Parts: sequence; structure tokens; C-alpha cells
Amino acid sequence: MFIDVNGYRSYAYTGGKDFNPAQPTVVLVHGVLCDHSVWLLQSRYLAHHGWNVLAVDLPGHCKSEGTPPASVQQGAAFVQGLMDALGIQQAALVGHSFGSLICLQAAADLGKRATHLALVGTAYPMKVSQALLDASRDTPDTALHMTNVFSRATLAPPSGAGSWVFGASMALGKRVLASNPEVNVFYTGFQACNSYDQGLQAMAAVTCPVLMVLGEADQMTTPKGAQPLIEQAQSSGVAVHINRVPNGHHQMSESPDETLDALKAFLRIA
Amino acid sequence: MSGYADPHFDTLALHAGSQPDPATGARAVPIHLTTSFVFESSDQAASLFNLERAGHVYSRISNPTTAVFEQRIAALEGGIGAIATASGQAALHLSVATLMGAGSHIVASSALYGGSHNLLHYTMRRFGIETTFVHPNDTDAWRSAIRPNTRLLFGETVGNPGLDVLDIPVISHLAHEHGLPLLVDATLSTPYLMQPLSLGADLVYHSATKFLSGHGTVIGGVVVDGGSFDWEKSGKFPELTERYEGFHNMVFSEESTVGAFLLRARREGLRDFGACLSPHSAWLILQGMETLPLRMERHLSNTEKIVEFLAAHPMVSRVGHPLIDSHPSHALAQKLLRGGARGAGSVFSFDIRGTRSQGRAFIEALKLFSHLANVGDSKSLVIHPASTTHFRMSDEALTSAGIGAGTIRLSVGLEDPTDLIDDLKRALRAAEKAA
Repeated sequence: MFIDVNGYRSYAYTGGKDFNPAQPTVVLVHGVLCDHSVWLLQSRYLAHHGWNVLAVDLPGHCKSEGTPPASVQQGAAFVQGLMDALGIQQAALVGHSFGSLICLQAAADLGKRATHLALVGTAYPMKVSQALLDASRDTPDTALHMTNVFSRATLAPPSGAGSWVFGASMALGKRVLASNPEVNVFYTGFQACNSYDQGLQAMAAVTCPVLMVLGEADQMTTPKGAQPLIEQAQSSGVAVHINRVPNGHHQMSESPDETLDALKAFLRIA
Repeated sequence: MSGYADPHFDTLALHAGSQPDPATGARAVPIHLTTSFVFESSDQAASLFNLERAGHVYSRISNPTTAVFEQRIAALEGGIGAIATASGQAALHLSVATLMGAGSHIVASSALYGGSHNLLHYTMRRFGIETTFVHPNDTDAWRSAIRPNTRLLFGETVGNPGLDVLDIPVISHLAHEHGLPLLVDATLSTPYLMQPLSLGADLVYHSATKFLSGHGTVIGGVVVDGGSFDWEKSGKFPELTERYEGFHNMVFSEESTVGAFLLRARREGLRDFGACLSPHSAWLILQGMETLPLRMERHLSNTEKIVEFLAAHPMVSRVGHPLIDSHPSHALAQKLLRGGARGAGSVFSFDIRGTRSQGRAFIEALKLFSHLANVGDSKSLVIHPASTTHFRMSDEALTSAGIGAGTIRLSVGLEDPTDLIDDLKRALRAAEKAA
């Protein structure tokens, strides 16, 4: 569906079901050089099990107009704007990678309006090496290969019939990059991750339960890299659930069922 | 498989899509000869049917063994995924039927395998899909043939049997200018010699019966999607960009930004047309793919020696391989194929001087080359296209495809090249005596 958010036509995939104001809502936010389709299986399941699903294309990405978020805070403002535009009082927030930081900041900003916070493939700080930052700006194809290799942990992805996730990531990355001829969303997204310095403060302000879905072989956001956020959440007294899945950074396609099951249990779907 | 570089071709040929079986530890890919798969629960069953979970339901739609083959060829081609089919012909039909319906139009190369020509020129026309055939190297003809209702451009990486190399960068650019995808048949080149997706093609298919399996034991096909074509931007493919009542009102391009074609081809095409690949056949093809790089190198080195021999033989008037400088695709082959012109492969034609009966004498005198209708086997093969594979084509169409009445097609196998040359020498002598 398309929604006017802060004056821009914005897209959210609803998992094959129409938006129903009477149902609880889950907002799913993708990472750098991705779009709503990375949540295909999980979003369809949630949508057909009692949830409104809003799997967004971030501003300036694919079907969404607007300026790509140059900071995590701008991404969080978009999430809040989306909820306001649809009159959603409360929502569960689920983010992957860059999207996890956006959801973390949004949960902090939204206070009680955030009912759940699920961080998939997260780390803080989410530093990006200078070489990768430079490559994402100057030679995006090379950087795309690098991130794909770092992100993928298996040559036998269990993502169902005949899908080749290495190739799918490359093709999606190229498509997302091409979708915005004015702004390099690859570099912009990496810069936003790299420069975000409010993660611990944001986690300290979160009041809802937190789930972390971490890839055991994740080289982009290692499980160790999530530890500062885990410790901060624990010291803040919010419930923290840790779920490790046996793959790399693309938990939704390399471990689709494990990721869904973790979300299901967290959102308490029967 | 975490590492610091993309896995290379030879590694992918052995490992892509498979891992030791978690249930038994079996290192080889298990053959899952089962029609269907037990559901864990009613909820899981519903989720599988509604594309909420990954998994297998019924082997016409997907199967774990077949999925390994699909992932492996997708990996080797640099695609996003693949769909295995009962044959190469089924892969071509699935591609066409997924993208268009009655009233649509295709522009295709005239240098096609005879079966593909039959399907497009005769059979699809009966279902309201017309095809205009153009010479593969005549870019203006491709451009002129495109109509408002054109939905696909189609050619072979190297034409059968003339080995006209399709200028994929040029033809794909032309296709994209018109909001159209380019489909290529890459059977003769295999991903080892050319990866058409990286050159601009959008969809690739193979008759896996040939080099991929390589042993002449199995019929199979597969279509690979590069995920590069933007169906929504094109605006010409409502099959992929509008609600499909036949499958949960799904808008395939909304579900998957890069995988819309594969979604519809599997969810409609395999479901309704049903031309799926048997898991046993998939397994046989996988055995061949493991050695594809090694076999292709031997095919090529044998072919180089045989081309050199034939080109120097007085009974031979023409050798139709881009290794010969005068071949019309020599320069293009140098540019687009692995290793240059030698990468045009091991299926090629040549003309014998003399009468039709001398040609027959040649074929009948061969001992190692088997006279049959196939290519890409480990064993060397021979056929007379004008009377067999291309016999339905008119003289004009034959000429356009580069086939003469005395043309002989060879598929050079993996035998010792000295033995193959001895066999050809003996047969050419027999042809000479038959004058």
C-alpha cells in the first residue's frame, strides 16, 4: 500500500492482506541496499496470523519517494511518521541491520507506542570499515560483492525451491541502487550506520521487550557486536530475548523458519 | 561458507546448493524420490501453501533434490534462482507462457535449434503467439521486427549448428530500450563458456540433456532468472505486476522485487502445465555438473584438433567453427566467449564436397562417432541436420540458419583426439570412394 508520510508517497508491503485498524501492527524495516522484499516469508506469515504488516521501503528506496535517511534518527522519524499517517497508536518494530538501528531509535522515541522491539542482525556501534565505505561510494558493484560475501554463510541456503540467495542479494542490491539515481543509497546507508552514536542512550530509553536474532556466522554484525546493546537492555531492566540462528547476516533468507519462529514466539503468535 | 571472495566456478559446480545431508551425513546429494512431503502441522501446511514458509509440498512444484540442481545452475549462471523442467523445450515453453498470452509477439533469431523453431513458428502460433525470425547478427532486423505487442527477444548464445554468436550486449540493449527482456538458450555454451546474464540477458535456459548432464542419460531443462529485468518499469507484463486471482490475488512483482518471474513460473507454470523434472533426473544432471569445467576443457581441446584436421582436408569445403578466421562470428566469439573463439564450443558443422550419397557414405563409415539426434554427450556424435533435426525447415529457412544439404554436424566428445581423427579420416576416405 502507498501512504503519504511527511508529504512523500511511501510504500509498505502488507503481506497480502489489507490493513485492518482493529489488528495489532508490526512495522518491518530493511537494511542498507535492501527493500521490503527481504521480509517476504516472514511478512506473509505475520499478515495471515492476525497482524497488520507494514514492511516498508525506506524513503528514496525503490517504491518510496523522498530523501533516503542520512542518519538513523531520520529513519526513526520516518517510522514515527508512518504510524502517525495511518493513525497507529502502537506497533511492534522489527528491523534488520541498518533497519535494526532505525527501529531501536524509533522505539526510544516512541516510548509506550512501541510494544515490541526485534533487532535482527544488529550490532552497536555498527562501524563500517573505511575501505567498504569508500567502495560503496566509488565502486558500488565491488562493495556489493564484498558485503554479499561477508553476509552469506552457506552455499546451501534453505530458502526453498531453487532460490540462490547470493545472486538474489546481488540483484536486489543493484535494483535498489538503481532505484535512486540522485542519491547513492548504499553509501548514505553505510554512513548512517557508521556515524550513529546514540545506540546505548536509545536502548536505555526503550521500555518494551527486546528480541535479538543473531547469526552465528554473521561477519557483518557479529553476535559479539550486539553485546553492548544486550548489556544496556539488561541493565535497563527490560526483558531481553536472544535467539541465535545458524547462519550469516541475511537471517531472513538463510534461516527463514528460525527467524520467523523467533518472531512468532516474541510476538506471542499461537 | 564465510570467506573473503565470491566462490569460484569450479567450487560452485561441486558445492552450490548442497551440503552433507543433516539427517544422515550423506555427502552426495540424496535422491528424494517422493511425490509429497508430510506436514508438521496444519499451520505449517497452510503456511507452505500460502508462501509464508520455505519448504516443499509436492514434487511437481518443488523437490529437495531438484532444488539443489536449480540452485547450482543459478549459482553458475550468476542468477537469482532457477526452475528445472522436464526438458529444454519445456523450459522454453515455460518462459514464453509465463510472460505472455494470445496476441503477443516474439522476435527470435533464425539460427535456432529446430525444436525451438517448431515450437515458436508452428505450435505457439496456434495459441495466438506469433514469432518473427531475424538473422542473429542483423541488429536492424531485430529493431524493425519489434512491434507494440512484442513481449520477448530470443536467441541462442551460439546458434545451432552454424555457431553464429549472438551479440548479447547489443541485442539486450536493444531489448531494454523497448522495455523488453532478452531470453537466451545457452545450451551449447554452458555457463562455463559464457554467462549471458553478465552480458545483459535477462533469462537463460538450457537443455540440461546436453553438456550440463554430459552423459547422454537424461532429458531435462532449466530456466534461470537474472533478476535484472524491471517488470514494473516496463509496464508490459501484467502477468507479473497485477493481481493474479489464480494464486491468492498475488502481485508477484510486489512480493519479490527481483524474483517475480520465478514466482509466477513456479506457482502457475509448474502447477498448471506440470512439465516438472524428476528428482532422479535432477540427480543425474548434478553428477554431470560436478565435472562440467573439466569436461568442457577436454571438449574444447579435442575440437580444436578436429577443426584443424578438417580445415586442411581436401574433401572438406567448409568448417563452420569460429576458430576459422573467415567464420562470420570469429570476432564476436573472440570477444564474448571464454578463451576466445575456442569457447564457441564443440558442436559445429562442416560441408563435405560431393553428392548427398557421399555424405551418407561418410556418416555410415564412422565407427566412434555415433549417428544420433543429440549433442553434448561425453561420446562423440554426428548427424545430418537437413534430413533430421532441421528437416521441417524450408530451404530458405535452412539457408538462413546456415545449413546446407551436405552439412554434417559433429558433437565432439571426450575420446582420445587421435582416435577421433582416425575415425574421420576413414569416413572421409569412404565418402571419396563413393563418388
